[in-house]
Order: sequence, then C-alpha cells, then structure tokens
Amino acid sequence: MERRTVIKTLAASLLASAVLAGPAVAEDVIKIGASAPKTGPLAGGAAVTYWPAVQLWVHDVNERGGIDVGGTKMKVELIEYDDRTSNEEAIKNVQRMATVDKVDFIVPPYGTGINLAVAPLIAKNGYPHIAVTAVADGVDDFASRWPNSFWTLGTSEGMASSLVDLLKDMREAGQINDKVAVVNVADAFGIELANTGKPALKEAGFDIVYETSYPLQQQDFAPIISAAKNAGPDTFIAFSYPGDTFGLTKQAAIADLPVKAYYVGVATAFPAFAGANGAAANGVMGVGGVNAESPAYQDFAKRQEEVTGVAPDYWASPVQYASLEVLEQAITAVGSLDKAAVIEQLKSGTFETIMGEWTFDNNVIRKFWTVGQWQDGVFHGIASTGVGGETAPILKSGWN
Amino acid sequence: MSLIKETEQRTGGIALLLFGAAALIPLADDGYYLSMAVNIAMYAVLCTAWTLFSGPTHYVSLATAAFFGVGTYSVGLGIDTLPFPLLIAIAAVASSILAGLVGLATLRLSGVYFVIFTLGLAELVRQVVTWLQVNFVGSVGLYVFTDLTEAHIFWMLLALAALVYVTGWLVNRSRLGFAMRIIGNDETVARHVGIDVARSKVILFMISGAFIGITGAILAPRFAYVEPPSAFNPVISFQVVIMALLGGTGRLWAPLLGVIPFTILFDQISANFPNYTSLLIGIAFMAIVYYLPRGVIGLVDDIRMRQTKRHEHAAGVPEAAE
Repeated sequence: MERRTVIKTLAASLLASAVLAGPAVAEDVIKIGASAPKTGPLAGGAAVTYWPAVQLWVHDVNERGGIDVGGTKMKVELIEYDDRTSNEEAIKNVQRMATVDKVDFIVPPYGTGINLAVAPLIAKNGYPHIAVTAVADGVDDFASRWPNSFWTLGTSEGMASSLVDLLKDMREAGQINDKVAVVNVADAFGIELANTGKPALKEAGFDIVYETSYPLQQQDFAPIISAAKNAGPDTFIAFSYPGDTFGLTKQAAIADLPVKAYYVGVATAFPAFAGANGAAANGVMGVGGVNAESPAYQDFAKRQEEVTGVAPDYWASPVQYASLEVLEQAITAVGSLDKAAVIEQLKSGTFETIMGEWTFDNNVIRKFWTVGQWQDGVFHGIASTGVGGETAPILKSGWN
Repeated sequence: MSLIKETEQRTGGIALLLFGAAALIPLADDGYYLSMAVNIAMYAVLCTAWTLFSGPTHYVSLATAAFFGVGTYSVGLGIDTLPFPLLIAIAAVASSILAGLVGLATLRLSGVYFVIFTLGLAELVRQVVTWLQVNFVGSVGLYVFTDLTEAHIFWMLLALAALVYVTGWLVNRSRLGFAMRIIGNDETVARHVGIDVARSKVILFMISGAFIGITGAILAPRFAYVEPPSAFNPVISFQVVIMALLGGTGRLWAPLLGVIPFTILFDQISANFPNYTSLLIGIAFMAIVYYLPRGVIGLVDDIRMRQTKRHEHAAGVPEAAE
C-alpha cells in the first residue's frame, strides 16, 4: 500500500510540475525556440559558446522593450530544449518547436552534424536557419539545397589556407624557417583542415618534417610531441579538438617544445584555455579569433559576463550573438513575423552587428576570422578572410 | 508444430489491428508526434531484436551500436550509386556477417567477459571505419540526401517491427528456439543432450544483428549527415539494454512495455526540465528499478495473477469442492 502511495505522489508531483512549467502564452510575444546540448559530449562547448550568447540576446531585447515589429514592440520568449548531443533528440525537439509549441523562429542547434541533421526539417517548416557553430566545406552546397539556410562561421578551407598565408608572411619576414610539423585529430573538422592545410603548406614551399593523425579521445600526447621535437621544426600545427587542444599544449609545455609558431585547433579561443595554461598560453595560435580591441566586442563580453556569469569565447560566441542581431533586424525590416519574408530579407539585407557589417553572399558570410593568438591574456584575431582589424602576430618564446 | 493455437490466432489478430492503427499515425500528424513515433518505433525494433538474442540466452550484449553503425554506414557509402532497398539488404548482410564473426570469437565467453567485449566492439568498428575513411576517402562525414520523409521512415520501421515479431515467433516455435530455452536455463545440460550450443547462439546473434543493422540503414536518411560518433554512439547500446530490461525480457513483446512509457517519460523530462534532465532521469531509473525489479512485464503479471485469484475467490469454494 505504502509503495503505491509513494509512486502516486511521485507521479502526481511530476505531472503537476510539468503542467506548471509549461510556457505561458501571451498575444504580443515572439516565441523563439532553441535546442542544443545541455548534456552529452558537446555540452561543454555549448555551455561556453551557445547558451550564454542566446540568453544574453533575449535579455537585451526584452530590456529594450522587445523587437520592433511593424511599429509595435514585441517581447521575446525563449523556449529551451536539451538535445543531449543526439541527432534523434534534436530532430524531435525541432519538430516539437515547429508543430507543438508553434514557435515563431528557431535558433539552430550547436555542432555541424546536428545542424545538418535538422536542416531538412527546418526547411520543411519554412523557418530561417542561421547556422553558427557549423564549419564545413560544403556550405555552398548546403545553401543551395536549403535556400532558407545561412552559414556564418566560415569554412575549413578558408581557415586552413589563411593560416598558411600567415605563416608564409612570417617566413618572408625571416621570423620562422620552412620546417613544419602537422598533426590532426581523425575527426570531421580536423581532417578537413588537414586536407586543405597540408597541400597548401607544400605549395607554399614549406617542408613538412613530421605528420601524423590520432584518434578522437586520445589521452597520451607525449609520443607526438617528442617526435615533433626531434624533427626540429620552427612551426607546430595541430588541427585538434577541445580535449587534444588542451592535452597537446600541456605536453608541449612539459617537453618545452622549442618552436616559434605553435598552433592548435578548436577550444584555443575558450577563456578556459588561458586559465588552464597560464603564462604558457602566451603566443599560442588557434583557430578562430575576433577583434578583441573593438568596443563592440568588449561591451558584449562585459555584459555577457554580468548577465549570464559566463565569459564568452573569442570566436563563435560573438558570432552566435550577431546571428541573432541579424534575425532581429530582418524581422524589424520586414515589419511582420512572416518567415518567408524574413528569409528574403536575410538574403538581401545589410545588418549591423557586434562583428561589424554583415551581408550574406549567396547565404554565406565570406569574411570571417581564421586565426587568433593569445597575447597578454587576450585572444586577438591575427588573420581573417578580410574582416579587418587584425593584430600583428608575435613569436612563441618559451613556455613559462 | 504446424498448427496455430487459438490463443496465437487471437494474439495475431490483435497485433494486426495494433499495427494497422499505428500505420495511420503519419496521416494524423506529420510533426512532433510523428517524430516521437519514429523514435519509439526505432527503439521498439532495437530492443526487440536485442531481446531475440539476449532474452533466452541471458547474454547482455552492448554491441547494438556496432550493428546499427554498420547499417548506417552501408547506406552512407552507397546512397549515391545503389538503390535504397538494395542498401538495406547489404546492411542486413554486413551486420549479420559481423555478428557471425563476433559470435564465433566470443560466444564461448559468458557473463561479464561477453559484455565487455561487445562494448569494445562498437568502439573497435568505429575506429576501423574512421581509419579507413581518413586513409582512403579523405573525409569522415558522409551525406545522405534522399527524398524519404519521416512518414516513410516510420512505415519502414513499422514493417521491420512486424518482421522482427514474426521472426521471433517462428524462432520460438522452431528447434532453435527450444534449444535456446534450454541453453538459457542450463548450458551444461543443453550440451549434454546434444545441442550444438555455439552454433545455435551464433545463428541467433546473427539474426538479431541483422535486424539492428537494418534499423541503422533505415534511419540513415533521417540523419542526413553520417559520422562515426553519431553512427556508433554507445548511448544507443545502453539505452537499448535499459529499455529492454525495464520492459522485461521474458516475452518478445515485453520490451515494448519499456520502450513506450520510457521514451515518453524521458521526453517529458527533457522538455519540461531541460536543465535537470540527467538528474531526473537518474531518479526515474532508480525508482523504476526499486519498484519494478522484474520490469513492467512483472507488474502486468502481478495484476493478472491478482485478477485470476479474485475470480477464483468470486467463484467460491463449493464449486471447487464438487
């Protein structure tokens, strides 16, 4: 008997809280749905790059009184879902947002794979799909397949070739020699970067003295670093993922890897990278970057930390925020919540964002940051595909 | 053996009706509820296929993700050159070959050794696939662009589910099924009465693996982008075991009792408490294991038994005395 009472109470309280937690419905509110990882392998990255930027934008808009839609101010209501870093879950969440919650707009998910998995659904339901944390070389194919989709963070091809151009300049300035070690993680982004980067390095006359790839989730980087050290390059490049970005750098500091240019991949732009490596981070280059000097970025960083308690990264966080500014401006320009009209406006309009002026060229942002570098505790953008405002690179001098 | 019992006819009739009703779901809604239905159908097939082998043998297999991924990759690699139905057949053959090889190598192991090996298998296959792609293809992701909608995927899964149930029923009636029941109860006895234990287990493991592979193949178009971490996601293996055990493994349809309520429960939790999903799912698990140690099927049996008792009671003692 007692057992049953316990179960009943539990079930009842679950149900009651489920009902109470249901979103409040109001007439003059714009409902915006967001589905991204809060648990699972990508949850760590989303907790830095995705959620705080989205929450800050909602906070900012509502503080301003809402989005101007045809003369009336409409507040934004955010509906959040956890996709548990799973495609099935993400698909279901998008379906729920589109057909049950009937949201007005959707903030696309976090991660390349999941963005592609939900793209057909978002297209089918007629929503604009402004993807941020999805870097792949196929963006032009995606944009023509789903004309409602927009791609903002750049391509692997652009990231890798821009890095090689930067190194070429440094070599011409006599700062580094032509010996390079290149390693990469055997996963999507790492492979794409290596596929473009290695031929570009050879073409630019660099000598790849050591190269290898390693599986995702590798823990021990001592063999890689010591082999690279023995090859004696001036430049070390790792097209890496968050775990290995930290692992390789720790190992490089332990082995005192004597290179003048040291580059690692995803997560170098995270504030936690400087936190974990301290002084050793100085001079480390990584994928991404932002004009950290610009008042717009500094204001954004300060407010995000105040509002959400989380410092933004120096790469995708401000782009995530900018993608929402673009959405807001497109809605205001159209003057209604008509999704098809908003998509048309996104295609042709010009938008003022914290990342500067944005116009989509065939649904793709062509000017993006490619390489950044830690200099005195700040990750400055040092190379881009024409954004402007790059800081001059410095040489890596020791690990202390 | 050739005769179909009356109870079986009745069960078959009810099953047909239920399948017919389920097939109408896509006509009623092509949004969220259909997505839910696809997820439920997917786990229903996976759990039932898993139970096909693990139910009678009591071998807990964590290789589901390996077969599922092989199926997904069969479609990913061939979608541009071969017709989809052929790819599904290839997926079935490829996963059953994998199951056969693994079965030959490992089904002599039992208990925890088998569990650990199957867990490692998914990771092994994932690494091999990644290595092959890095070294011979030059990229890891594969695009699967088709015109198949969620409704098509749902119908395919439903048909597959029917096939799994029919296969399970046929296996149960066959010598193989009889052998499996003896093996599950006592392997030594089975060996002594002349059953080729290893062969029986391998065959059943292959059948189960083939169905799981087909499920992966059917779902590939839904993902659009196939990459090793999502195709060989170990979470699939664990979720299948958990759901099947929650439902109960004694009968072929018992896993369904786990899949349906728990998919809905998880969904409600993740929708209403997005920030506490893991915590609440953990609590739900503990509550379920504590209150339903034999799975939902145990609860159903209890209720049935109580009803029978009540009937007996109502019928009264005098009749029994007669």
